[in-house]
Amino acid sequence: MSIEVDEVKKIAKLACLSVDDADLPSYATNLSNILDLVAQMNAIDTTGVTPMSHPFDVVQRLREDVVTETDRREEFQAIAPNTEDGLYLVPKVIE
Amino acid sequence: MSAEYGSWEVVIGLEIHAQLATKSKIFSGASTAYGAEPNTQTSVVDIALPGVLPVLNKEAVHMAVKFGMAINAEVADRSVFDRKNYFYPDLPKGYQISQFELPVVGIGSIDIELENGETKTIGVTRAHLEEDAGKSLHEDYAGMTGIDLNRAGTPLLEIVSEPDMRSAKEAVAYMKKIHTLVQYIGICDGNMQEGSFRCDANVSVRPKGQEEFGTRAELKNINSFRFVERAINIEVERQIDVIEDGGEVVQETRLYDSVKNETRSMRSKEEAMDYRYFPDPDLLPVILTEEYRQQVKAELPELPEQKQQRFMDELGLSAYDAGVITASLALANYFETVAEKTGDAKLSANWITGELSARLNREEIEICSASVDAEAFALLLQRIKDNTISGKIAKDVLDAMWDGEGSADEVIESKGLKQITDTGAIEAYVDEVIANNPSQFEELKGGKDKMMGFFVGQVMKMSKGKANPAQVNELIRSKMK
Amino acid sequence: MSMYHTKSVTELSAMLQAGEVSSVELTQYFLERIKSSDDKLNSFITVCEEDALAQAKESDEKLKAGNAPALTGVPIAHKDIFCTDGVKTSCGSKMLDNFISPYDATVVANMRNAGVVMLGKTNMDEFAMGSSNETSFYGVVKNPWNLKAVPGGSSGGSAAAVSARLAPASTGTDTGGSIRQPAAFCGITGLKPTYGRVSRFGMIAFASSLDQAGPMGQSASDCALLLNAMAGFDEKDSTSIEKEVPDYSADLDKPLQGLRIGLPKEYFAHSEGGMDAEVEATIKAALDQYQAMGAELIEIELPNSGISVPVYYVVAPAECSTNLSRFDGVRYGYRCEDPKDLNDLYTRSRGEAFGAEVQRRIMVGTYALSSGYYDAYYLKAQQLRHLISDDFTRAYEKVDVIMAPATPETAFNIGEKTDDPISMYLSDIYTIAVNLAGIPAMSIPVGFANNSSGESMPVGMQIIGNHFEEAKLLNVAHKYQQVTDWHTRLPEEFK
Repeated sequence: MSIEVDEVKKIAKLACLSVDDADLPSYATNLSNILDLVAQMNAIDTTGVTPMSHPFDVVQRLREDVVTETDRREEFQAIAPNTEDGLYLVPKVIE
Repeated sequence: MSAEYGSWEVVIGLEIHAQLATKSKIFSGASTAYGAEPNTQTSVVDIALPGVLPVLNKEAVHMAVKFGMAINAEVADRSVFDRKNYFYPDLPKGYQISQFELPVVGIGSIDIELENGETKTIGVTRAHLEEDAGKSLHEDYAGMTGIDLNRAGTPLLEIVSEPDMRSAKEAVAYMKKIHTLVQYIGICDGNMQEGSFRCDANVSVRPKGQEEFGTRAELKNINSFRFVERAINIEVERQIDVIEDGGEVVQETRLYDSVKNETRSMRSKEEAMDYRYFPDPDLLPVILTEEYRQQVKAELPELPEQKQQRFMDELGLSAYDAGVITASLALANYFETVAEKTGDAKLSANWITGELSARLNREEIEICSASVDAEAFALLLQRIKDNTISGKIAKDVLDAMWDGEGSADEVIESKGLKQITDTGAIEAYVDEVIANNPSQFEELKGGKDKMMGFFVGQVMKMSKGKANPAQVNELIRSKMK
Repeated sequence: MSMYHTKSVTELSAMLQAGEVSSVELTQYFLERIKSSDDKLNSFITVCEEDALAQAKESDEKLKAGNAPALTGVPIAHKDIFCTDGVKTSCGSKMLDNFISPYDATVVANMRNAGVVMLGKTNMDEFAMGSSNETSFYGVVKNPWNLKAVPGGSSGGSAAAVSARLAPASTGTDTGGSIRQPAAFCGITGLKPTYGRVSRFGMIAFASSLDQAGPMGQSASDCALLLNAMAGFDEKDSTSIEKEVPDYSADLDKPLQGLRIGLPKEYFAHSEGGMDAEVEATIKAALDQYQAMGAELIEIELPNSGISVPVYYVVAPAECSTNLSRFDGVRYGYRCEDPKDLNDLYTRSRGEAFGAEVQRRIMVGTYALSSGYYDAYYLKAQQLRHLISDDFTRAYEKVDVIMAPATPETAFNIGEKTDDPISMYLSDIYTIAVNLAGIPAMSIPVGFANNSSGESMPVGMQIIGNHFEEAKLLNVAHKYQQVTDWHTRLPEEFK
């Protein structure tokens, strides 16, 4: 399995990562190698095998519908990069 | 019905987002109350701090199951939450927790009434639980956008219909039907101004008789019934124009601009999104037993059709009146209070579908915003029944009550509208009218019954409407002997 | 000067309870040790001098008042992956270099409630992605046994700090071997509990379905004490298991007579890239010891174990790719200078603040989940997990515990594998299957073997148990440590 530079660009875009053009070939090689490793999975037939997402056959526990949280905006926004009037600021979003 | 679109057939499917009326968020214990200061209703989970984990709200699941049982849908034994991945500032985790492959509610259906009186069944493909996003505020931050995450994590039920609707009117009828239902079963407040109930519409056109669907456009986030109808019709027009001009409709997301009454492509979403759905490893499968489902079903409140039938069977309402009244749970509740207090269901229904509805429509408000509550309204009707005022005067009294001038009794008192029941006073008016119209009185006595209306009218006029018409009638008859 | 650093947590706890030493004294002692020696190791990212002394003072009062829990006043370190209220929590990343957590992880809160004093936060591979601690934004950690060698990863700071006794014990996390591999490389004892045994709330997620926190200490009995405090159901973690926590110290001394030890033939097979011969000899010697204690060695098969590494390198990157989406420069953490638009804010903040390995894994995961590939990668991998897990289930019908090397070789040198991610990934070949199956496993020191540069380094042996059998693992490890002294040995420079 070989990943081309163009594909790396597409993936990086989807993952919101800025990658220097100079680094693209080495990422392409790395990713290709990893996918080669991963391709070993194809050797095993898994037809009919249930996928495992948790080691136990446990079910989702449900929380009572109770408000337990208080306003901590000041604390939370003390660690935010840019806020005003209680809002988180980001560069203009255009729809 | 599709005559309005000429040789084209319109195909519409709706995705309705109903905010569930839970106290706390779907995955955190923060409040869902509307209208708080920005970001004051966010917990460590809602702002997606590193390390936090979601825990599912029991009531959100319960509400989804209620909906499923109410539309006789398949409610899943096992449903799973998935991550829908995309970057957006109002989506703190960079993914939305939603349900993809195994939604809690599967196939169901709901009936709508068409304008010609026929009933049409609209299929519901699925309804799944997910979390709402925050809000972006675009004004006034020196070229920046402000993000408020209070809404982030509010539970949503996304109700996806089959592409079964063939006109904007049908789409609105369906949307209204769901709107009514979610309020009946108490899972959504239905407040469209606050965004508690909103929809996306998938719209396509095809030449009549063609089997396959045309390419559809998705109209995003429409939050009023009126806009749904307009947005669909304007989009249909656009698509027909495109095709008739030899072009092709592209599959895309479009935004309805209610000011310009046009739809426009959302450039930011133009590139096909790859949401990379996969089961959220932070959550486990939700398992629902048959016993639980049956219990929820048994506990369902009376549904709109059941209520309509009961109003017809037990209270003697016409199908039409019962239909109008039960189309809104709040109105039905209002009616029931009034009918109970007055002991006169028919009078209550007449006044509610007539005078009250006219005023609501005129002001474009819902019953819950009406300035006259059910108790006050019932008192007004009681004053008709006990002959304190006539029906005609009652309309004036209602106007005054509507304008906040007080209760029915206060208005009647302050405006001196009380019916004259003093026989002496009415008799004096009757005598005067007879004296002024001797020839007409002779005609009446001679058997010209039509003249009775004239005499009663004259007396009513003299009394400024305050005489009791029945009493006047009786007095005139006694004078004829 | 007392040699408190030669004492185990078990011993220190007894001394504190008996009033032979105060928590303030102990805390000062270890803070001093960190100050004077951590220059060589770089095992701490943050040292909490003031907070630690304040906690120590509080602990002393509780101790005086009596009835204080066993760990009251014992100073330990936390891996910097756990959110600590009011204290920087970096996860080894530039992304969180400025992040002061406004809340405590459940593990941290549990430890606090148990009276433990937090000395500081230990260095780690960035977002726990690495097997050598070389991906940390705060620089590589050095192995106390040989400063040219890596300490392993991702809990390398924790392992090095405990190995050099800069802290009597530490917490760690293990997604694919991140407790056991560094424990083995640094000659300490580490335990990865059953998935769901310890709460993940507040532990910065790498791969949600694999991550599990556990103790790293000098001995099995220390790990038992620490696990008693760490473990337990947490209503804030939907994946945590509602199951009573036993007293892990209770069964430590149970005799091993008749213990059935499974030896996976796949792990001991001689294949290229397999176990180093010296490591194998050391493991065999440990197994002989167990036989001498009355245990029986049984060859078992784990036929799907060979596929563990590929499966892991789908599951872990896929989950991490979306777990790390929240780091977007909006609400906390690193934000690039002067973003020109929203996309620039995202891509540059992430591109500038995530290291190469993290970006690599995010990209692999993004690819594996992207449309058209989900079935072939993530779904397939999750199916294979089932087969891997079934192998263990079958094995535990025949044996009580499984023993295996923790790593194919001893600690390699810094820089030796940085250019070859795959060879780095393969160093986790013996630990990964355990995470995929969600079962508990330990690594205990069983001797020394030369690494590829000819330096004598510690060898770790894994003891792998069935679900929720942590107590059995601790018992099996403890009995060995009763008759051997590998776990009490200290690196020359830190004696």
